[in-house]
This record gives sequence, C-alpha cells and structure tokens, in this order.
Amino acid sequence: MRDGKMLGVLFFSSLKLSAFTFGGGYVIIPLMRKTFVEKYHWLSENEMMDLTAIAQSAPGAIAVNAAILVGYRIAGVVGALITVLGTVLPPMVILSVISLFYEAFRSNLAVSMVMQGMAAGVVAVIFDVVLVMAQTLWQQRRAIWMVLLAVCFVASMLGVGAAPLVLACGCIGMVDTLRLRKERGKESK
Amino acid sequence: MIYWQLFVSFFQIGLFSFGGGYAAMPLIRQQVVELHSWLTPTQFTDIVTISQMTPGPIAVNSASFVGMQIAGIPGSVVATLGCVAPACVIVTVLAWLYYRYRSLKLMQGALAGLRPAVVAMIASAGVSLLVQAVLPGGLEQNVDWVATILFAAAFAVMRWKKPNPIVVMVSCGAAGLVCYSLLGMFAG
Repeated sequence: MRDGKMLGVLFFSSLKLSAFTFGGGYVIIPLMRKTFVEKYHWLSENEMMDLTAIAQSAPGAIAVNAAILVGYRIAGVVGALITVLGTVLPPMVILSVISLFYEAFRSNLAVSMVMQGMAAGVVAVIFDVVLVMAQTLWQQRRAIWMVLLAVCFVASMLGVGAAPLVLACGCIGMVDTLRLRKERGKESK
Repeated sequence: MIYWQLFVSFFQIGLFSFGGGYAAMPLIRQQVVELHSWLTPTQFTDIVTISQMTPGPIAVNSASFVGMQIAGIPGSVVATLGCVAPACVIVTVLAWLYYRYRSLKLMQGALAGLRPAVVAMIASAGVSLLVQAVLPGGLEQNVDWVATILFAAAFAVMRWKKPNPIVVMVSCGAAGLVCYSLLGMFAG
C-alpha cells in the first residue's frame, strides 16, 4: 500500500489536521481519529488510543508526536517524516507571517471574536472524542477500566502529570493480565 | 553562530518538554527570555497569547516566531527543526517498539491499562478548556453565554450528525464573529 498516492494523502491530511489544531495538542486526536480511523480505516480505535498514550508520554508536543506515530504506522520512517513535515508547516508559516506584524494581529477584535467562537467548538469536538473512546472501553465490560478512568480523571484534574499516570496504569494493566492468566490456569486444571 | 544557537536552544526545549503545551512554557521562557534575551518578557506573553489563537503546538509556534524575529526565514526553519528533531528520533523508536512488541500478552495488558488513562486525560483537558471558554474571566465574572450556547449546539451536532470536526470548529468561529459583533453593537 506504500505508494506515492498514499504518501500524498498522508501529507495533505496532516497538513489539514495541523492547520486546525486550535486550543492545544489534544484537539489533533479527534481530528486524526476522524481521518485515519473512520475515513481511511488505517488504524483501529484501540490503536488510536495506544498511539495517543505514547504521544502523551514522550517528550515534545502531542500533535507532533501523534503525527510521527501515525505516519510510522502507515508508511514507516518515510511516513513519519512526511507527517512531521505536514504537521509543522502550517504553524511555522502562520507564526512566521504573524511575527512580521504581530501587534496588529494581537489587537484585532474580529480575530479574537472568531477565536472565542472556535474555542467553544474545540471543546465540543474534544468531548465527542472522549465519549467515543469511553464507549470503546465500556464495550469490554470490565469494571476495573471504568474505575481507572474515574481515578485518572480526578488525578489529572488535580494536576497529576501524564507520565506518572501512564506509568501507573501500564503497571496496573500488566498486573491485571498476570492475574487473569493465573486464574485461567487454575480453571483449566 | 546564531543558527546553531537557535537550533540547540529549541532542541533542548523539544527534548525536555514532557506533558505538552503548558508544561513546556517555563522551559521556553528560560531559553528564550532569560538565557538568550531573544524576546522581552512582554513579547513572550504575547507569543503565548498568539499561540492560543493560532493552530499548532506552543513549542513549534514559539520556535517559528523567535527564529523569524532573530534571523528571518532560515532562522524560523532552523529553530522549528531543532524543536521537532528530538521527537522525530524518540517517538519513531517508540513506534517501532510498539509495533514490534504489542502482540506480547504482557504488553497488551499494559496498553489496556493505558487506555482508561488516555480517555481520562483528554476528558480533563476538555473540562479545563470548557471552563476557559465559558468563564473566560474566572469564577467571579459573568458566564459567556455565546460560548456556552455554541458549545452545546456544536456538541449536539457532533453527536448526532458525526460531521467532520473541522467543519464544526470553523462554523463556531464564524458564529462567534457574528454573535460577538451583534452583542458589541447592542451593548455599545
């Protein structure tokens, strides 16, 4: 599947997604999900969540990290380089232009009105992806994941960073797997 | 040499900024304002404001902005490259590890444990952004009803119609321009 046309789609998709990541890195997650999971079916729902976890735990911006992961998944190292380029170009061009006349931009009333409206839309998009992802979790019918979700939400609201949460939850997941395996071992005896 | 300095500075920012956006700000400030005096403190506050109004990560935004101010277009390119170079290497290695080992039972367990954390962290970011949008002046100030209604409408449309999120965001921007202009005209 790794041909020129696909790399083109990858580049222009990341260019478009990046141009609309207003309001912080998390916004890129619903946008990517829509494009790469729903539209092209290049990733599964669970894979998207895994890649998000890795993007959050690695150093650097979530949007850039997520782009690298998706690019690598779809077309290897070349894909990663292409998605990084596509993701970095829009902010680079926009900020370079703004840097030339930034005082006019900063004090422009119409710009700030559009941005205020957009901020409300961004929040709606984020809550929508939260529900979609929570539904995927819910389908597994495991109470432990729901408890973990609630605990992590409270911890995150209280200012606990991504790295400790990801580490702790990864360990809990491993312990859970070992425990399940042990139980199944007993049943089969 | 200025290009090398820009690259090294933003390379460090890219390498040591864990936890995204706002966690990176003190680091950027230290490199750009305190260490190199490329920006004044006021300019730094401006770039934070502008970053909120423009797409893209704050680290990339400030790299492009500072690079452009200090050394023109080549400066902007070099600083931005420096900023994303560490992620390119580290995250590619992590991606390789993920796809190589994700079929291991133990790895699957760890990843299953991460998923609730991911949803929780996105939800928490969403709540913070919602508070910012609906109560822009803090708890003591009035509720921004335009933002509240726009949020509710956009959320309902997202749930029922499943449109492209970009369309929803752009429509909210346009609606914001219209509603806030009208409000301004009636109030003033």
